[in-house]
Amino acid sequence: MLSTVLTAVPADSDWINFDVAALAQNFWSATFDGLTFGAIYALVALGYTLVYGVLNLINFAHSEVFIMGCYAVFFTLSFLGFGPSAPNLSFGAILINIILALIAAIVASAVTAFLVERLAYRPLRKRNAPRLVYLITAIGASFVIQYLIFLWRGPLPEPALTMFIPTPIFEVFGTIIDSQQIVIVVAAVIMMVLVDQFIRRSRTGRGIRAVAQDPDTATLMGVNKEKIIVTTFIIGGILAGAAALFYVMKIPSGVQYNGGFILGIKAFAAAVLGGIGNVRGALLGGLLLGLIGNYGQILLGSSQWTDVVAFVVLVLVLLIRPQGILGTSLGRSKA
Amino acid sequence: MGAHSEKVPVPEEVPVPAHGSHKPAIEIVESLDVDEAVAEAAAPERDIDVAVGDDLVEVKNLTIKFGGLVALDNVSFTIRRGEILGLIGPNGAGKTTCFNAMTGVYKPTSGQVLLEGRQLNGMKQHKITRAGLARTFQNIRLFGEMTALENVVVGLDARHKTSVVGALLRLPRHQREEKSSIERGMALLEFVGIAEHAGALARNLSYGSQRRLEIARALATDPKLLCLDEPAAGFNPAEKEDLMALIRTIRDDGYTVLLIEHDMKLVMGVTDRIVVLEFGKKIADDVPHVIREDPKVVSAYLGEPEDDFA
Amino acid sequence: MSTTDGPTPLPGAKASQAAADRQSKKGGAGTSADATHKKGLFGAWSEKWQAMPRQKQWLYLIVVVLIAYALPVINPPILSTEPGNDFPLALFSMAVYALVAVGLNIVIGYAGLLDLGYIAFFAVGSYTAAMLTSPDSPFVKIPYLWTIPLAIVVAMCVGVILGIPTLRLRGDYLAIVTLGFGEIIRILATLIPAMKGQVGFQNVGRPPGEGADGIPIFANSNGTPWYWLTLTILIIVLFLAGNLERSRVGRSWIAIREDEDAAETMGVPTFKYKVWAFALGAGVGGMSGALFAGQVGFVNNQKFDIVTSILFVAAVVLGGVGNKVGAVFGGALVAYIPLRFTAIAEYKYLIFGIALMLIMIYRPKGLIPARQRLLAYGQQAYQRVRETSAKKSAVVTEKEV
Ligand SMILES: Nc1ncnc2c1ncn2[C@@H]1O[C@H](COP(=O)(O)OP(=O)(O)OP(=O)(O)O)[C@@H](O)[C@H]1O
Ligand SMILES: [Mg+2]
Repeated sequence: MLSTVLTAVPADSDWINFDVAALAQNFWSATFDGLTFGAIYALVALGYTLVYGVLNLINFAHSEVFIMGCYAVFFTLSFLGFGPSAPNLSFGAILINIILALIAAIVASAVTAFLVERLAYRPLRKRNAPRLVYLITAIGASFVIQYLIFLWRGPLPEPALTMFIPTPIFEVFGTIIDSQQIVIVVAAVIMMVLVDQFIRRSRTGRGIRAVAQDPDTATLMGVNKEKIIVTTFIIGGILAGAAALFYVMKIPSGVQYNGGFILGIKAFAAAVLGGIGNVRGALLGGLLLGLIGNYGQILLGSSQWTDVVAFVVLVLVLLIRPQGILGTSLGRSKA
Repeated sequence: MGAHSEKVPVPEEVPVPAHGSHKPAIEIVESLDVDEAVAEAAAPERDIDVAVGDDLVEVKNLTIKFGGLVALDNVSFTIRRGEILGLIGPNGAGKTTCFNAMTGVYKPTSGQVLLEGRQLNGMKQHKITRAGLARTFQNIRLFGEMTALENVVVGLDARHKTSVVGALLRLPRHQREEKSSIERGMALLEFVGIAEHAGALARNLSYGSQRRLEIARALATDPKLLCLDEPAAGFNPAEKEDLMALIRTIRDDGYTVLLIEHDMKLVMGVTDRIVVLEFGKKIADDVPHVIREDPKVVSAYLGEPEDDFA
Repeated sequence: MSTTDGPTPLPGAKASQAAADRQSKKGGAGTSADATHKKGLFGAWSEKWQAMPRQKQWLYLIVVVLIAYALPVINPPILSTEPGNDFPLALFSMAVYALVAVGLNIVIGYAGLLDLGYIAFFAVGSYTAAMLTSPDSPFVKIPYLWTIPLAIVVAMCVGVILGIPTLRLRGDYLAIVTLGFGEIIRILATLIPAMKGQVGFQNVGRPPGEGADGIPIFANSNGTPWYWLTLTILIIVLFLAGNLERSRVGRSWIAIREDEDAAETMGVPTFKYKVWAFALGAGVGGMSGALFAGQVGFVNNQKFDIVTSILFVAAVVLGGVGNKVGAVFGGALVAYIPLRFTAIAEYKYLIFGIALMLIMIYRPKGLIPARQRLLAYGQQAYQRVRETSAKKSAVVTEKEV
């Protein structure tokens, strides 16, 4: 029956056409743009990876942690007089405004992350609930945040908000790299390196690693597990806040009540691609996914394909190398 | 959390004055003849009249590494049909790891496990169970939201052949299997002495009953080799004695048993032969009274003078 | 040798036996142990229900089913969703949600697999029905009723394709992959020209038959026949789900949900049964989608958003994870509330989102905390256990007195 259906597909519906010429033509611009998106994915992916490390759970509400940051950026900059057209301000003034927005975003996201941990996760930990319950509660929390925003702001995206006009900086392979791309990639990579060093060197970082490896032993060794968990959520929130700023910078009209959702799935796919639980894996996975998504989009001819491509990548990674590129073996069972 | 799965919570024991006679189990399955061995009723098709004493399981040069840690180092031993083999060693010696390697939970770094000459490594865990290796867990892992009887029937299902479609449409084979599994399940529960809790949720059972239920569930898969991982952990001496009697009965009914147990005195009493592990290496393999005298074992296991064995 | 003189009960075991015995005086040994845990209104009901003889149960069931069939005709004043919404159509909607919840309950409730993109299977079913019956579609056309089994098959195939890479891994991966899939299916419907994006498919087929006035019996605006059709299917599905529950399949699912590693060690082919749960769930989802497409008569990419998927999860959780009667109740409730109380319809996502969290935190067994029965002939067996326990405890009390 199925085969009759498949053969009955009319011939003119060749809905996938690979536009290789377009990709060849735009290869380098797609690459640089993909890296910019990748840096944003990586920042959000790190939040998934960190929480996964300590709790062994996907924090489904992390996409809402991110979107709260986006709204904070939007409100701060609107308040400061930014609008759809670029502001007529000096470089220094723009910088100060953006930093203010960044602080607002970080605070908003970190507070959301903290509240999610407090309201959705901690009560369950106290009861020692099964995994399924955590996942359902987290998705519930995500849903509630999304619809609170919906009821408040309505279904439409917020008006566009331009922070600055990207200016060309230099040219590589005949492609111009602009200031926006540089700001995003450089800032994101610096933040990720800082987080990586923090986890490697600081006392709290050691605590995070200890809890990630063996929560029970860590507790016995005097690590305050609850504090570590909260700290991890907050770090994830801070990174999501930063990602929110860059996201709004890149996509000025992308602030919408459900805007975090797809980005969250892409970021998670990035985390899995790099190896979930692995900080450097999140960076690698993010950048790779950004590239793959952009190439796919140009090859297939619609921006919506990036979402499909990200999803297919996720499934393929799970099928072929579920532990990700840098990850160690998952799914090890214990008796 | 995480990879650690939840444990079945142990309900508090209700202290109650001792009562009643010593009569163990009440008649529940009507069709069961009192004089019939219960384990036989539980596994009627089982062939008990096999030669006792030939090799049943062969563990050959088994090595397991966790990163840098060598949990098992080139361990070899055989388990003979119809015996109770003790596996002992200090904490962290690798006993549970050995079970896990045999039952397919861990893939050995090198080495083999053979059941009646058939290689088990690389087989899926459920296939190993069907091949005839059943186990209990050191930290009890029952299906908490299922009743005791249902837990045992999950074990019996390992021998059932009903397909999903068969179950969906309640085909005759399904009905036959269901009927017999209730009977056999009850017989097994009776055998381990918890038949009257058949309808209680596993998580609500007392600690001792949970341990016994684990044994019943493992027996239900109709194993050739029954692996018990510290089945008497947390028991008081009297309870331990009872459990050892049960294990002896299981052996007398034709099963082969591999037993991990810390209590030396107990192991000496119940086993036919003992393998001793220390830091993942086998340091001794002999009958109990030889093990008792072995200075290596004494120093490894106790780090104390010999008179502890008295 | 004889084993009847084998083990003697341990002192500890004796204590707990006595405890159980004391409970059994209040009616039923084992079952009361968990029932006394947390009962609530529905818990008490379900306990009473279990204690009833078979014939009486059947009698009650028949009465309930008859009332369910009669509902669109009676249109009871307080229950009715009118004037805001047509009551028979509301009933159809409730029945579809109930069917969805029963299917999803197989996945989430029995096997413990969190499927957040169930809407995708619903969509697959809807598109199967639409593309094979609507005149807007270039495909071959088949009678509508044939699309229902076909929708099941197609959805099951999609379920297997999606399940195989993810079901080998930990449960969270399944959750996020299904979540992604639920969103992707909508994007695909937009991107693939054959699926006609927002334009969609008009005039989806319907079951045959016309009234005296030439109007089709299964007209889009006539909810009653659609409701009856769905209710009939729902009853069949409930019956089959019950069969699965009381078999090695249901036991394997619950064992996987409780402790997957232990289940595997006890000889349960866990992967196989997880794929089965996922595929059967998908099949029911596909069937619901085909019914929905038929009644609405129009399918496009706007109808399948991921939030509806979360509502489906809420329906299962509300009724009680693992409990098929609860799922019917939960599904019907999730559909009913926004239709009946139109003033709060706008807030339905928020309400059910909060309900999802609160229930999981404070009442993880849902509104109807009943336990599934996993043995085909268990009732007789447990009855006998109870009787003998009661007899024994009577002897014990005599002795104590
Ligand atoms: N999954 C694992 N990953 C890493 N190390 C492990 C793992 N399982 C066991 N080990 C290590 O292997 C060694 C042997 O452990 P095992 O549990 O086999 O000991 P045991 O003899 O059963 O001890 P006990 O008497 O305490 O039960 C221990 O050092 C343990 O920490
Ligand atoms: Mg051990």
